[in-house]
Amino acid sequence: MTDRVTDGAAVEAAIADAHRREWARVLAATTRVARDLDLAEECVQEAYAAALRTWAGTGIPDSPAAWLTTTARRRAVDAIRRDASLRSRLPLLVEPGEADGAAGMLEPDAGTIPDERLRLIFTCCHPALAQEAQVALTLRLICGVPTADIARAFLVSEATVAARVTRAKKKISAARIPYRVPRPAELPDRLRAVLAVIHLLFTAGHTAPSGASLVRPDLVDRAMHLARMLAELMPDDTEVRGLHALLLVTDARRATRAGPDGRLVRLAEQDRSQWDRTALAEAREMIVGCLRAGPPGRYVLQAAIASLYAEAPSCDQTDWPQIVALYDKLLEAWPSPVVALNRAVPLAMAAGPEAALAEVEELERDGRLSGYHYLPAVKADLLSRLGRAAEAAACYRRALGLAANEPERAFLAEQLAEHTRPA
Amino acid sequence: MAQYAVLIYAHDSAHAPDATPEDLASCDRHADELADSGSMVVAYALTPRDMATSIRGDIITDGPFIDSKEVVAGFYVIEAPDLDAALAIARLNPVVSEGGGVEVRPVHSGGLAGRAEQPTA
Repeated sequence: MTDRVTDGAAVEAAIADAHRREWARVLAATTRVARDLDLAEECVQEAYAAALRTWAGTGIPDSPAAWLTTTARRRAVDAIRRDASLRSRLPLLVEPGEADGAAGMLEPDAGTIPDERLRLIFTCCHPALAQEAQVALTLRLICGVPTADIARAFLVSEATVAARVTRAKKKISAARIPYRVPRPAELPDRLRAVLAVIHLLFTAGHTAPSGASLVRPDLVDRAMHLARMLAELMPDDTEVRGLHALLLVTDARRATRAGPDGRLVRLAEQDRSQWDRTALAEAREMIVGCLRAGPPGRYVLQAAIASLYAEAPSCDQTDWPQIVALYDKLLEAWPSPVVALNRAVPLAMAAGPEAALAEVEELERDGRLSGYHYLPAVKADLLSRLGRAAEAAACYRRALGLAANEPERAFLAEQLAEHTRPA
Repeated sequence: MAQYAVLIYAHDSAHAPDATPEDLASCDRHADELADSGSMVVAYALTPRDMATSIRGDIITDGPFIDSKEVVAGFYVIEAPDLDAALAIARLNPVVSEGGGVEVRPVHSGGLAGRAEQPTA
């Protein structure tokens, strides 16, 4: 306790900071002792409340995370001792091969609190849980986001989120989903689920699926925090670094994606001088390293594509053929119709709108993207460039019928008006 | 250790009354492997869907209860320390690579009601 700060505002700020940065570390370590997610959560919440009372008198500790973890783990141990029947009533979290090691953890040593965050992350994103449950658990347990805020972010009721979290926790304990990091053989599969959750959080925040604002910065920030945390915990995995780089590049354009009036600004018209060059450089370095490390996976390729877009001094000077080539590789690694649709955009620049339109029409016949508003939107743009205004208008109308995000709808309506204006 | 039931879903059961040993070879081999590994607690192969009779309310109908491409072809109970271990065992079932699949459910309670003898074929 070097800092003898007793200023209430400073203490509150330190606790808010520790909540944002350290929640996952504290909860993960406490869960090892409590061996029950609900009990662990309760104890961690109490520890944060205790910090608010204690730190005002004693000063902010050197390591808030260690203080919080020690406090939360003591509370968990006390709760277990006080109510031994708690142990027999609840099916405990399973920790394979470590059933006897728990005794050693009952008296946690603040100096050597192990980092258990990966266990928590892999448990929250276990494939035996539905993805919406994985998302809710990740936000609740790893990011410490209150249920009400999760509900607001996904425009569902608080009761729905609470039920999802409760049901998932129940399954974790009743089906004995183990609290551990998967073995190397299972890791690629299991990691895919974790990366998918982080990516979903980011995309849900980057272009909110519905509602009044284009971006939900809180979700974007949570996803970024998670991607950075995972990259710290698994520094050798190229897909983890690839996802982190992808989020950095994509978010570097955040300030320019919407105008001051909230309207959508297209890539070609975005003010490139406003892009976050530090983030772009950081991402570029990561991507180059990943590409050198071996055959790139889905996220590394997506990051490389996004980075190429962002590196061009102007939209006209973008290396379109190289982007198309990266998309070809991406389609091999991840054969998804959404990727094929996205590829049509650089293809139109590299090979002309006619070639791109043929690919989009092929995708249209395929039918898997029938509810996806970007398909008619991309098609409309291509038709417009080919001078086929009436057909473009029809496509904009279809896109408008499918889009739910307000700024996107406003953009589409504007395009529609432009293409139906009498010549 | 915990017990998990593994429900086998396939287009139909291979265990027809007139099934030949060849028809059942891959099922039998897998059952033997599980028995040898010590993880199998109990196992039942069911006869094909044509043998099924369903009761819903007071109506009796021919066929499986749920009208679906797959039927429950059999089930067994395994013992495993946790879900990951149970899933690792269950995914080895040959049906998984033959167009069907398995469902893994933790067992709440149960067991044989004191009548362990096999049905006479």
